[in-house]
Amino acid sequence: MGWLFKALNSSIGKKFVMALTGVCLILFLVIHLINNLTLYFGPETFNTVVKNLDGIKPLIRVIEVILGLIFILHIFNGVRLWIENKIARGTGYTIKGSSKNADIFSRTMILSGSIIFIFLVIHLRTFWMSFNFDHTLKESHRYYEAVVSAFQDPVYSSFYLFAMILLGFHLNHGFQSAFQTFGWNHKKYFPFIEKFGMVYAWGTALLFASIPIYFYFYGGK
Amino acid sequence: MSHQKLNLTLKVWRQINAESRGTFEEYKVAVSPDSSFLEMLDDINNELERKNLEPITFESDCREGICGTCGLVINGQPHGPIPRIATCQLHMRNFKEGDTIYIEPFRAKAFPIIKDLMVDRSAMDRIMEAGGFISVNTGSVPDGNAIPIPKDIASESMDAASCIGCGACVAACKNASAMLFVSAKVSQFALLPQGQPERYRRVESMVKVMDEYGFGSCSNTYACEAECPKGISIKNIARMNRDYFMAKLKTENLEA
Ligand code: HEM
Ligand code: SF4
Ligand code: FES
Repeated sequence: MGWLFKALNSSIGKKFVMALTGVCLILFLVIHLINNLTLYFGPETFNTVVKNLDGIKPLIRVIEVILGLIFILHIFNGVRLWIENKIARGTGYTIKGSSKNADIFSRTMILSGSIIFIFLVIHLRTFWMSFNFDHTLKESHRYYEAVVSAFQDPVYSSFYLFAMILLGFHLNHGFQSAFQTFGWNHKKYFPFIEKFGMVYAWGTALLFASIPIYFYFYGGK
Repeated sequence: MSHQKLNLTLKVWRQINAESRGTFEEYKVAVSPDSSFLEMLDDINNELERKNLEPITFESDCREGICGTCGLVINGQPHGPIPRIATCQLHMRNFKEGDTIYIEPFRAKAFPIIKDLMVDRSAMDRIMEAGGFISVNTGSVPDGNAIPIPKDIASESMDAASCIGCGACVAACKNASAMLFVSAKVSQFALLPQGQPERYRRVESMVKVMDEYGFGSCSNTYACEAECPKGISIKNIARMNRDYFMAKLKTENLEA
């Protein structure tokens, strides 16, 4: 399997891994978003959803491990590419022309990715840890109430909002970029992929962001 | 066409050799709007030589946009601000009275500076040697149209083949990636029947040499396409990626 290892570590191979893991993360976000949107149906619906997911915990654990590996691969390769690409440039230009020939989303992938990573760590600590290991919460099944109280914190809610805008940045470039990396750039379909990616990116970012905004201002009432 | 001359301030990168540290040298010039960019540099060099000073080293050959030798980064853009032309086709009428123009060499680890604005692009030649050809037995001239090729395919191949190997894509890319160049050279053959026998071996070998020289990966910013004097399409990169994946699945090569 040495050939496969070499192939995946070539310049194109590393991008293939980025695109494949990126698309997996895109699919994961869809499921996660649907889950979150049940918050809008009130405490009963949301708490039941979380309780039901708790019921299939072994399966969820397996998915979580796979998801964790996907994240690690994506982040590892992303950081590696960023470092290698910096070295490939060497001395930079005195006058930077990049704003004239490339959009801001494509040039800031490492930045948007890093903010998403920081968000992810905080997010896992606040929600994932307490939903999984907080015994009083798990016995009372008052998950909805936990979400509401977390979003009462203006600092937490604004950071959430900020991170979601950058998620929009990341996905706005990432979606079509993954298709280009796979080689699926076709005259007929690619313009659609680009538009669809834009709708997906900003739709996802806005819907995720709407939740902290809603709970901050309306406190879940 | 006797327009008024333009007064410009040029900041030109001067560097004695690969090892030394370079700096910007300032030159004040009054230049005709009808002058080409390279003619302006020629004038400065004549002036410098008259004063017994070292002329600015820059490359050019055809001066009509077909050889790919010239290539300067002008105010941060390879081949300057006008799309779809090489530096030699850029005219001073595109600048305004009083402008300051920064002229820098192509910057990439794979393109070491030789002197001033001249860089060593032989890495691109090594990539070509690795697979940018087809192998055929020589013989008598083949019959015209012996191998039918649809017009649209022939045109697409020709579009890819119009890459002049200037390296502006590398210079423009934030990653100094050579993917646009290599993909053009892979595509021009991959599209044609004559390119099929070596199709997968070619892409593997060329990408391998590209990686060895330390060009970056492609982040799909598409800066290369925007700056390419020949408008080479990033669809070629997609095609190369496809062929590369197929090569990895199909060939029996365990090394590349
Ligand atoms: C849910 C979260 C994420 C999703 C859905 C996602 C999705 C994507 C997608 C689809 C791409 C495009 C791949 C390609 O160009 O072929 C990408 C690229 C990238 N991602 Fe993420 N990503 C996420 C999180 C992260 C994180 C946490 C980082 C942390 C460093 C990161 C860093 C990068 C970088 C640096 C690139 C650009 C690689 C390059 O083209 O050179 N991403 N991402
Ligand atoms: S692809 Fe365009 S920019 Fe790159 S070497 Fe060829 S002609 Fe120059
Ligand atoms: S000198 Fe030949 S392309 Fe500019």
